[in-house]
Amino acid sequence: MKPETLLLLSMIIILMPLLSFTVIIFSQKRLGQAGGVVGSIFQGLTLLLTIVVSFTKLTTYADAGMIQQTIEWFSIGNKSIQLGLGIDNLAAIMLVVVNLISFLVHLFSTVYMHGDKRYPRFFAYLGLFTFSMLGIVLANNFLNMYIFWELVGISSYLLIGFWYEKDSAADANKKAFITNRVGDFGFLIGILILFVNYGTLMFDQVYAQIAAGNIPYGSGAWLSAAGILIFLGAIGKSAQFPLHVWLPDAMEGPTPVSALIHAATMVAAGVYLTARIFPMLTADAMIFVAYVGGITAFLAATIAITQTDFKKVLAYSTVSQLGYMVLAIGVGAYTSGFMHLVTHAWFKACLFLASGSVIHAMHESMHHAHNHDMDPQDIRNMGGLRKTMPLTYTAFLIATLAISGVPLTSGFMSKDGILAGTLAFAELSGHWLLPLAGFGAAGMTAFYMFRLAINAFHGEAKTDIAKHTKENNWRIVGPLLLLATLSISVFYAWNPFNAGDGWFHDRVKAPRTVVPAEFQFDFMMPLEAEHGEAVMAHGEEAHSEHAEVADAHQGEEAHGGHHAATKFEEQMHHAHYPAMIASLLIAGGGILFGFAFYQFKVFNADNLANLIKPAYKLSYNKWYIDEVYQASVIDGTINLGRVLSWFDLKVVDGVVHAAAWIINKASLAVSFFDKYVVDGMVNLSATATGFFGAMFRKVQTGKVQAYLAFTIIAFMIILFIVF
Amino acid sequence: MTEIFGVGLLTAITFLPLLGMIVVLLIPSGKDEASKATSLNLFRWVTAGTTFLQLILALVIYSNFDFSLAGVNQAETFQFIEKVDWIHLSGLPMLGDLNIQYFIGIDGLSAPMILLTALISFVATFASWSIKKAAKGYFAMYLLLVMGMMGVFISLDFFLFYLFWEIMLLPMYFLIGIWGGPRKEYAAIKFFIYTLFGSVFMLLVMVALYFAAGSFNLLDMMNPNNFKDGSLLLDSTWRLIAFVALFVGFAIKVPIVPFHTWLPDAHVEAPTPISVILAGVLLKMGTYGMLRISWPIFPEAVAYFQDYIAFIGMFSIVYGALCALGQHKFGQRDLKKMIAYSSVSHMGYVMLGMASMNSAGMTGAIFQMFNHGTITAMLFMIVGVVYDRAHTRGLDDFGGLANKMPVYTGVMTIAWFAAIGLPGMSGFVSEVMIFIGAFESYIWYTMIAATGIILGAAYMLWALQKVWFGKLPEKWEGPWDPTGKVYKHDDINGIELAGLVPLAIVVIYLGINPAPILDMMNTSVNHLIEFVKVSGNFASLGL
Amino acid sequence: MGIGLEHFLIVSGLLFALGIFGIITRKNAIMVLMGLELILNSANLNFIAFARYGGLNIEGHIAAIFVIILAAAEVAVALAIVLNIYQNYKHINVDEINKLKE
Repeated sequence: MKPETLLLLSMIIILMPLLSFTVIIFSQKRLGQAGGVVGSIFQGLTLLLTIVVSFTKLTTYADAGMIQQTIEWFSIGNKSIQLGLGIDNLAAIMLVVVNLISFLVHLFSTVYMHGDKRYPRFFAYLGLFTFSMLGIVLANNFLNMYIFWELVGISSYLLIGFWYEKDSAADANKKAFITNRVGDFGFLIGILILFVNYGTLMFDQVYAQIAAGNIPYGSGAWLSAAGILIFLGAIGKSAQFPLHVWLPDAMEGPTPVSALIHAATMVAAGVYLTARIFPMLTADAMIFVAYVGGITAFLAATIAITQTDFKKVLAYSTVSQLGYMVLAIGVGAYTSGFMHLVTHAWFKACLFLASGSVIHAMHESMHHAHNHDMDPQDIRNMGGLRKTMPLTYTAFLIATLAISGVPLTSGFMSKDGILAGTLAFAELSGHWLLPLAGFGAAGMTAFYMFRLAINAFHGEAKTDIAKHTKENNWRIVGPLLLLATLSISVFYAWNPFNAGDGWFHDRVKAPRTVVPAEFQFDFMMPLEAEHGEAVMAHGEEAHSEHAEVADAHQGEEAHGGHHAATKFEEQMHHAHYPAMIASLLIAGGGILFGFAFYQFKVFNADNLANLIKPAYKLSYNKWYIDEVYQASVIDGTINLGRVLSWFDLKVVDGVVHAAAWIINKASLAVSFFDKYVVDGMVNLSATATGFFGAMFRKVQTGKVQAYLAFTIIAFMIILFIVF
Repeated sequence: MTEIFGVGLLTAITFLPLLGMIVVLLIPSGKDEASKATSLNLFRWVTAGTTFLQLILALVIYSNFDFSLAGVNQAETFQFIEKVDWIHLSGLPMLGDLNIQYFIGIDGLSAPMILLTALISFVATFASWSIKKAAKGYFAMYLLLVMGMMGVFISLDFFLFYLFWEIMLLPMYFLIGIWGGPRKEYAAIKFFIYTLFGSVFMLLVMVALYFAAGSFNLLDMMNPNNFKDGSLLLDSTWRLIAFVALFVGFAIKVPIVPFHTWLPDAHVEAPTPISVILAGVLLKMGTYGMLRISWPIFPEAVAYFQDYIAFIGMFSIVYGALCALGQHKFGQRDLKKMIAYSSVSHMGYVMLGMASMNSAGMTGAIFQMFNHGTITAMLFMIVGVVYDRAHTRGLDDFGGLANKMPVYTGVMTIAWFAAIGLPGMSGFVSEVMIFIGAFESYIWYTMIAATGIILGAAYMLWALQKVWFGKLPEKWEGPWDPTGKVYKHDDINGIELAGLVPLAIVVIYLGINPAPILDMMNTSVNHLIEFVKVSGNFASLGL
Repeated sequence: MGIGLEHFLIVSGLLFALGIFGIITRKNAIMVLMGLELILNSANLNFIAFARYGGLNIEGHIAAIFVIILAAAEVAVALAIVLNIYQNYKHINVDEINKLKE
């Protein structure tokens, strides 16, 4: 297959879900319940194409770097704004993740959403989401990324608010979108810094220029700022602290949506973006990324421990795991971080779909019992589901083992790599809090996941509803089992204890940093020199508008070359076994406690909770972060808006009214003057004339004799005067 | 092709509405019910037909428009020029010769505005369907307004420009004052006086420029070498003062904070189609006037005040957005008022882009003018649809409309997200271009201004949730119109869609392929920047 | 001392003054007419006197005769009017004849 064909197929892959969206949205009424089938068929075709494309990329073109094509969107002045499509190994793997999960979710939803009054629209939105997500995956520049980033935001908005009659859903989707916008704000500014300085947004061209020593505004601080600002976008989308608050609320969406968007794909987009900008992260930016990831991983894990809503536990677990991935990239364990993204996508999608399966079963059971008051998602109402839903339980258990990091699962391999990375990083840089957070979160993860599994599936049914649940049909269970299967380590490497030997680590290698040495950790710098030039050569090559395959040498350069190049990677290699042992112990401990507390009731969880009540309440109330935001930022902004509205109406408009008032009064004064002074003069002359007229009128008697007398008198007077 | 039936295209497109107005005036209003209904329909369709022809003419102009000609200050590169002596008086005391020309023509700055005006005038006709009171007067005024707007964008003679500017004011006053809401008189007078206040400044500067340049020709005024010796406007201080006066005149129309308070009132009280025209076209006249007149005539003043203008733009963005947010909790909680404030915010982007003085920012500014026109027109029409049915626009009065009116909600979603700046819609392209341009010149202002995208999402989505999501209040549960005479079903009807769909198509098409509009203005914008920069330095050196 | 011009003029002046007095003070139209006659006659006296002493000669006489004729005609017309007034008003008080005023 030629690279051009590969790109063409990628293009079709992107457009197929959009087509699905368009077809379904414009014929909702006509399609009715057939909408699900149409959507699934479209997505199935997309998946088939994806497998072909990704397989080709990962085998034939494994060392080819990024195969890309760029077109001019429009030009302003002498700058050209370009859009492009690019596929590298990262994107190829991501394509499979997105499309497979999307397909499984389509399938799952045909049952789960059955009977919903907006059934076809749900599949339309799924198509829109898949389209946007694929756009992110196949972007070869920041602009594409940003465009689809926003589109993902909007499809997520539509899907979270799918049941918009519920106020909680309408609140949640608004919250999700606005919180994401905060991150996008940073992303946008970061992009602006790059575009203003480099005149291009192509990944390779930007990195080539940085490698050539051309940094924004000639300052390392700006380079760090650009990295951190773009990473802000990831903080929003991947629900990192402090913008993680939207994700748990987003569980208001239908459960398949939670599985697709809020566990496996969209939230991973942030991590994907961080991986994309990995080469340009400076030392400061990496520390920032690592700490954000570490804090998120730890914080979310502490919250997940006490939640009682099935989906909320999984949501916080997702936040925590995303923190892991970000932490991994922050400390430089790029490959493990991305691998965790992939493995997490499978097992978390599995967990969510399993929760969907449980909730669906609970719903059905409630429906039969004519009970509509109970919360079907509360784990305190479940229990004993192991017997009624064995297949769901099996899948859930495998996924739980994977997320807890038990050997032979995929989660074990990726998590182990991350923890080794944090250890190595700490040893080289002295940031020991990072591995501490990582291991702490790992222990808690194992604990709360088994708490969830035991509470929901083991023991006796706590309610009648739970007792009468039934296993769902194949379109629900099938996807679960498939995803559970994919959570086994063998799909990534033959040796379950060493992921480094597997195909994954071979295909996905950490790209070499392009940051000038003085702004980068020395241990991140390649031990051999002169790579900058090679990368630059590649960048120049990429100006061509045609599809291109960089030759093997260049591709290797762009993708990190012959490995073993940095001190950090060597250190990480050394840290591999200590980290593995530690993580095994910690995960085992977590699982043990989980069983001790909830299965065998060796300890009483309630007593413990009472014992450490403040800590328990803090965790149960999610560290009061929502409340703090509500009281500070949200109320602050709204009140500012309120005050400004008042100001606008009373002060700004008041000034206008005052001016109008003054002019009005002035005109009154003028009219007073006019009436009494100017007009007064006129009237005065008239009055005087009238007065004299009246006076002289008396003389005019109409009597000829009187006139004659006057004439005589007057004549006499004249005579008297003259003589 | 520059003529049609022996009349210049621009003359035709401008005075066609006048013809339509005469036709409307000639149609009798009718005596009894049946004949009244007939003539009402005639008024509507004559107006729709006139504006449709105008749109066709605009498209003809577009297809004959040469993208490579710059215009701005070169008379020979303007297109569709018509130049006739109009008023010519000689030997007047003090004035000497008075020479006013009918001098019209377009370049890349005005061509997008011509398209926009024709488009908005056409779609707003469909929003006028709900006008029943004194329909004859309404449609006559409407067409007169359209003529005035079109005239402003084609004039190259300052006197002509001013004339059209004032012509447009009059019908606007009556359209708000007669067909408006409860406080219509207040709003109409406020609008009128405010705008007239600005016009006075414009008039003063116009007269001063006339004495300096000896003619009303805008292109002559752009070259200080044409100025008579010893004229006031060769003095740099007076030039700055003249610029500020002119700026205030235009700024009131934009409107920028703090001259904006007429806008919320005018919008709230105006009938839907007039809000559409007001937001869609009238606001652009302010910024267009700046680009056409202030920038090229006083380039060194632009350079001098650039920072302040950028600040004003940034301030308007944030202030407008916060006020829009505040409408949810304060005052009348009126949907239209919120959108009016969002207009203030969005026009702030235009100012910011214009202050950046580079091609990304300027092109983005003009494109934003176009996009704000189409998008906000959609927003107002959407509010109009629900207002016609429920006779209220309160943000708190609704909920759950999504279920009652699904198609309407679909159209609304497009408009709403276009206003938020979603990629794939035209607003995104222009906002990003403005940010790129502004970031080159003003890093910190741009960063603050970019919070507008967060606030914009906040107030728009909040309103969306309040009106469309949640549960339908009991009072709206029945059909809008139980008799079924006016509204056969609850959802949006065909006439309303006829207004909204063309705009939605334009918004989405330009979001995916903005090149048709951008290419149109590229040459002119670059030339304008070049010209302003060069002569800005030239003039600041003391001529 | 012979009788000279001044004596005539004095007599004529007295007559004139009496005539004016009569016109102004009398309410009776007849009496007013009589005052008028006195004035005319004072004028006649002056004409004759100036014809004798002043050199008007024959012209003075002619003017005097003219005035007498005029006076006769005037009295005829005036008396006719007065008669008519009397028939309408039953009095001839000039102060009360003000119908034209309204």
